Amino acid sequence: MRRWLNTLVNARLRAQIVKELLSLLRDPRSRLVVFAPPLMQLLVFTFAATLEVRNAGIAVYDRDAGRWSHELTARVAAADFVKQVYTVRSRDALRELIDRRKVIAGLDMGPDFSRAIAAGDTGIAQVIVDGRRSNAGQITVGYLNAIAAGVGADAGRDRRNTDPVVIRHWFNPNLIYRWFVVPALTGILVFFNALLITALSIARERELGTFDQLLVSPTTTLEIIVAKIMPALGIATVLGLLMIALAVFVFHVPLAGSFLLLLPSLLLFILSVVGIGLMISSVSATQQQAILGAFAVGVPSVLLSGFATPVENMPQVLQWAAQLIPLTHFLVIVEGTFLKAMPAADIIANTWPLAVIALVTLTLATRFVRSRLQ
Amino acid sequence: MSGATAHIASGTARGRGEAAVVIADVAKHFGRVEALCGFSATIHYGRLTGLVGPDGAGKTTLMRVMTGLLVPDGGSVTLAGFDVVEDNDAIHIASGYMPQRFGLYEDLSVLENMRLYARLRGMDADQHAATFEDLLDFTRLGPFTSRLAGRLSGGMKQKLGLACALMAKPEVLLLDEPSVGVDPVSRQDLWRMVRELTDDGMAVVWSTAYLDEAERCESVLLLNAGKLEFDGPPRELTRRIDRRSFRLEQVGAARRAVLSQALNLPTVSDGVIQGDAVRVVLRADAARDAIDALVAETGAALQPVQPRFEDAFIDLLGGGPGGTSALAERFDAVELESDIAVSCRDLSKRFGDFTATDSVSFEVRKGEIFGLLGPNGAGKSTTFKMLCGLLKPTAGEAQVVGRDLRRATGAAKSQLGYMAQKFSLYGLLSVRQNLDFSAGVYGLQGRARRERIDEMIETFDLQPYLGTSPDALPLGYKQRLALACALMHRPPVLFLDEPTSGVDPITRREFWTHINGLARKGVTVMVTTHFMDEAEYCDRVAMMYRARLIALDAPDALKRGAVDDAHPDPTMEDAFIHLVQSADLDAQARADASAA
Amino acid sequence: MNTGTRTNRTGAAPAQRARDPFNWRRLAALVHKESLQAVRDPSTILIAFVLPVVLLFLFAYAVSLDVREVRIGVVLESDSAAAQALAAAFAGTRYLAVTPARERREVAGQVVSGTLRGYVVIPQDFERRLAARVPQPLVQVITDGSQPNTANFVANYAQGVVQTWRAGRADGAPAAGVALEPRYWFNAELESRRALVPGAIAIVMTIIGTMLTALVVAREWERGTMEAVLSTPASVAEILVGKLLPYFALGMAATLGSAALAIFVFDVPLRGSLAALLLLSAVFLIPALGQGLLISALTRNQFLASQIALFSGFLPAFLLSGFFFEIDAMPPPIQVITYAIPARYFVSSLQTVFLAGDVWPVFLPDLAAMAAIGMLFFAIAKRKTRKNLEA
Repeated sequence: MRRWLNTLVNARLRAQIVKELLSLLRDPRSRLVVFAPPLMQLLVFTFAATLEVRNAGIAVYDRDAGRWSHELTARVAAADFVKQVYTVRSRDALRELIDRRKVIAGLDMGPDFSRAIAAGDTGIAQVIVDGRRSNAGQITVGYLNAIAAGVGADAGRDRRNTDPVVIRHWFNPNLIYRWFVVPALTGILVFFNALLITALSIARERELGTFDQLLVSPTTTLEIIVAKIMPALGIATVLGLLMIALAVFVFHVPLAGSFLLLLPSLLLFILSVVGIGLMISSVSATQQQAILGAFAVGVPSVLLSGFATPVENMPQVLQWAAQLIPLTHFLVIVEGTFLKAMPAADIIANTWPLAVIALVTLTLATRFVRSRLQ
Repeated sequence: MSGATAHIASGTARGRGEAAVVIADVAKHFGRVEALCGFSATIHYGRLTGLVGPDGAGKTTLMRVMTGLLVPDGGSVTLAGFDVVEDNDAIHIASGYMPQRFGLYEDLSVLENMRLYARLRGMDADQHAATFEDLLDFTRLGPFTSRLAGRLSGGMKQKLGLACALMAKPEVLLLDEPSVGVDPVSRQDLWRMVRELTDDGMAVVWSTAYLDEAERCESVLLLNAGKLEFDGPPRELTRRIDRRSFRLEQVGAARRAVLSQALNLPTVSDGVIQGDAVRVVLRADAARDAIDALVAETGAALQPVQPRFEDAFIDLLGGGPGGTSALAERFDAVELESDIAVSCRDLSKRFGDFTATDSVSFEVRKGEIFGLLGPNGAGKSTTFKMLCGLLKPTAGEAQVVGRDLRRATGAAKSQLGYMAQKFSLYGLLSVRQNLDFSAGVYGLQGRARRERIDEMIETFDLQPYLGTSPDALPLGYKQRLALACALMHRPPVLFLDEPTSGVDPITRREFWTHINGLARKGVTVMVTTHFMDEAEYCDRVAMMYRARLIALDAPDALKRGAVDDAHPDPTMEDAFIHLVQSADLDAQARADASAA
Repeated sequence: MNTGTRTNRTGAAPAQRARDPFNWRRLAALVHKESLQAVRDPSTILIAFVLPVVLLFLFAYAVSLDVREVRIGVVLESDSAAAQALAAAFAGTRYLAVTPARERREVAGQVVSGTLRGYVVIPQDFERRLAARVPQPLVQVITDGSQPNTANFVANYAQGVVQTWRAGRADGAPAAGVALEPRYWFNAELESRRALVPGAIAIVMTIIGTMLTALVVAREWERGTMEAVLSTPASVAEILVGKLLPYFALGMAATLGSAALAIFVFDVPLRGSLAALLLLSAVFLIPALGQGLLISALTRNQFLASQIALFSGFLPAFLLSGFFFEIDAMPPPIQVITYAIPARYFVSSLQTVFLAGDVWPVFLPDLAAMAAIGMLFFAIAKRKTRKNLEA
């Protein structure tokens, strides 16, 4: 009797899972919408999302025209990040170049720049930076500082000009930005994918009336929820693995850690996102509400996740809020696994919050579906 | 004409009987499907022209061509003297169009919708007040002007749609299936409105799948598979089958068996149940001996009756389906623990201040076909949903096979088959996958599942459509598929929510052949409908009005109760209207009494 | 019976007006209808008014590119006074939050787990290195390279701390060298919020313009209301403009609201004129609305419309507009793509109008580009929307 019941449950569940999968994948157009955009975005955004500065324009206002100002100008012009150096003859011209966004920064060297250096003094150059691009501006200043230090080292014979610090960047010695972006984008794109798929799933059935049909059948609420979880879990996992493979084989991001630890974390991450998606879906009356709801949850999630800027830079309240977001934890795991070979203990420290989020959201989604019957 | 329509009806000087729409050799195809294959016809001013035909005959396509929303591939159509392609702009001024799907803005109020269409049709503000008053009066929507259109009942929505189409007095009014999902009282209203308009000289085209409506039209265009099969007054078609319609009276409990036998006779072209009687139509030049033998065998009385347009329609299309349901044949006789299949006691549901169902009680016996009737918004759907466990009652109990389905286990729920309004099918899945899914979700597997699915495909003739999406199916096939899905697990109790809404008569007959067959096997059927011919098939009918049960009896008994001077032989529709009106009178009397 | 009115109705005037290619009264009716719908739909309100506030707030506070209080470890292996003084210098800066340690392995694990973003080692022989005749590095800095941006900051800042500390204890004549004195124009305190919040307004307007428009037009097709409207005398141009005007107004209202929020709450200066801001926003709405219209005309389906709006409108506005990531730093093929993204021009002008002032040489090409892209979208959308149901 018990066995008979079990197989019965399995048949029901199986039918529903097949139905959910087919709803997503039978139509070639929707198949395309599920897989193509995330992969395309990974390609485009990997190259687009960089906080480095390259191809920059720099203005030089050289009132000195001495040996060291020429030297500094030449080195700036030769620097990798500089595309073009504009020589200007007035402060106004410099200002105009910055106003018009032709250059990100301008070097202004006073008439006694070389003389001061020759005298063993410090030659001071002003750097005017476009504050509209505050981040790129700061990075540019950093690059220029390094060049200036080099010039200074050649100029001075004092030992104090040697660099007092040895710097080693662990995990990513050359600070290749792509190594950071690709794993992070994997998390973000899987997040949106799973969120949209599940956010629409119940709302669509409700709008089209098939949900009632499901509710009068012998299937239980738990089965309905499980059936909605499985395809999203499957598709998002495939997508995630595909992107991890792209990261390793196409973008050559080193996978230092254990894939065997990454996989279960990925599953748990998707599960927690699916929970959020189903929660949105179970309270939405129409597809439009579900889409906009997913959007209203998804975008702030990405901003708070620590992808754009580290969580620890945020105000305390937002740091707490960030802990409620699955993506925050998964980013730590995926970056840690790829680059840092993070040990199991550290990964588990970030997976249990995922498990808690999944448990809470899925329970709530089940509750909401059930309470809709009242 | 009444003063009410003064501002509404067409003000053109065109004479009654002149050509309003001239269709010449019109052809239209979608991909390889020929929707209209080249025919000509003329529609006249001052007449109500019915556009009838089975599903997929091309009715909606023709409507859209006439309003200039589709461009014909061949031939031409002129409306009010303007070519629909060349003079597209003029068409939209000369015509008013009401699409099949409710085309009004659900989040705007009644008045806001009307104002929008008035201004879109270039009416002056000073004309508004008077015209609106007339239209609101005409449609009886006056008390609901500030209600959102989405909150209106089906009938009121259609009346509002009509009001908007009538704005700025079109010369030609095109209505695409305006009466689908509309209760008899609202339908009567719609008819009254359209009559007044044609009396005033407007040309009205009314497309419909309900043939009693076609009978009331002055002229009918009958389409089948994109061809024009008949063009003329309905009586002319009806005359072709004179003396071929009969009623087998007093067959009572045996009526389903009698109908089945009658339909299986080669000499019988069509047959339906009417209360305790069975109505049959003989084929052209058929001998009487077979039907006489049946009459003698069953002890019925054979009465010749007036032919109806529907009889002629079915006959023209080659007769209705046979009387045996292959599906029901395969069912085992239903055994239930108790004789009561469905019951409810003091069932009530309130949404905030609004009472949708007010202490309703009834019992449905095993093997009974039980109809739930009532005007739009009377609480049928709410009651229905509480019975099958989709809504929690505020008070009272609802039971199916002795259990409350809201708390029931899976096993108890598989006693129930459910066919939702508008045939909720998975549009993203193919027909085959839909069948697979409903078999699976009711726990069928292995060989049983394969056999059951094959059986359904064969019975409902779904083979050619297995790979297509249900959304792309003709309505009749959608309905068949929905029924197949609901019956996949052979439930002893079947719930049908407006199962034949908008479906053509032939598919409807086929559907009832199955239902009758199932009832004979002991399957209990609960059905809601707006279609009064369908109520005739029920053993008993529960009539709901304003959330309460106002009558519960056999169809013939209800009809008898409606006999008066104006209606010596009332139809089910007359009975319906009579019940609603007397309930209104009662309420009025009570209100007067309490006021006094 | 009112025969007077009847004859009146026969008048040719309304019919004549109905055949006008463009009729203002019909347009007004459509605009009125659309506005009522927009105001009544809770999801419109959510997207047009709540989400912008949330987004601006997050961009102002959560997405700060200014690195503050980065957590690092300082491993003090030497007990010498000088070493302790340097450690104190690290602890004393407000840009770093220091975790002191005696041994490397105490902090190394925390860098792996992400608790620390790097650490500084002041070695055992620090005193000797300081005194050495041959120049020797004094300290070692380890950073968490998995976050390149933060790693750079830690490296640069640690370097700065050591240099400053050494300069502070330097005796004798100053050394020859080159020093740069950075001055940040438009944003002297260098708050990234001031650069990000104007950019965020571009995102908000893309959401309202593209996403919402795509959804509402697609909904009209899906619900069948388009069929009813098409059968009235209203022309395609009227229907489209009637659809867009309310969202144009909504977009402008959201801009004003966001600008007020930016100026009065997030402390972003508006150095240019309000008129310029409004002009820029109005012109940006042309391509934004045009894109939404085009998407819905092509799909006629809400789900697809929302997906395409997300992938072609919102995400590019976020990632490819130069608002967050430098366009100059992108590879050339991707830079080419950014020229097709209207938000690119809007972001550049917005940042200028807020922080720099009315710099017309920046505005004019941006305005021209936005208008041109917008016109293109509209031309295609108009071609794709016919006044009938033919696909």
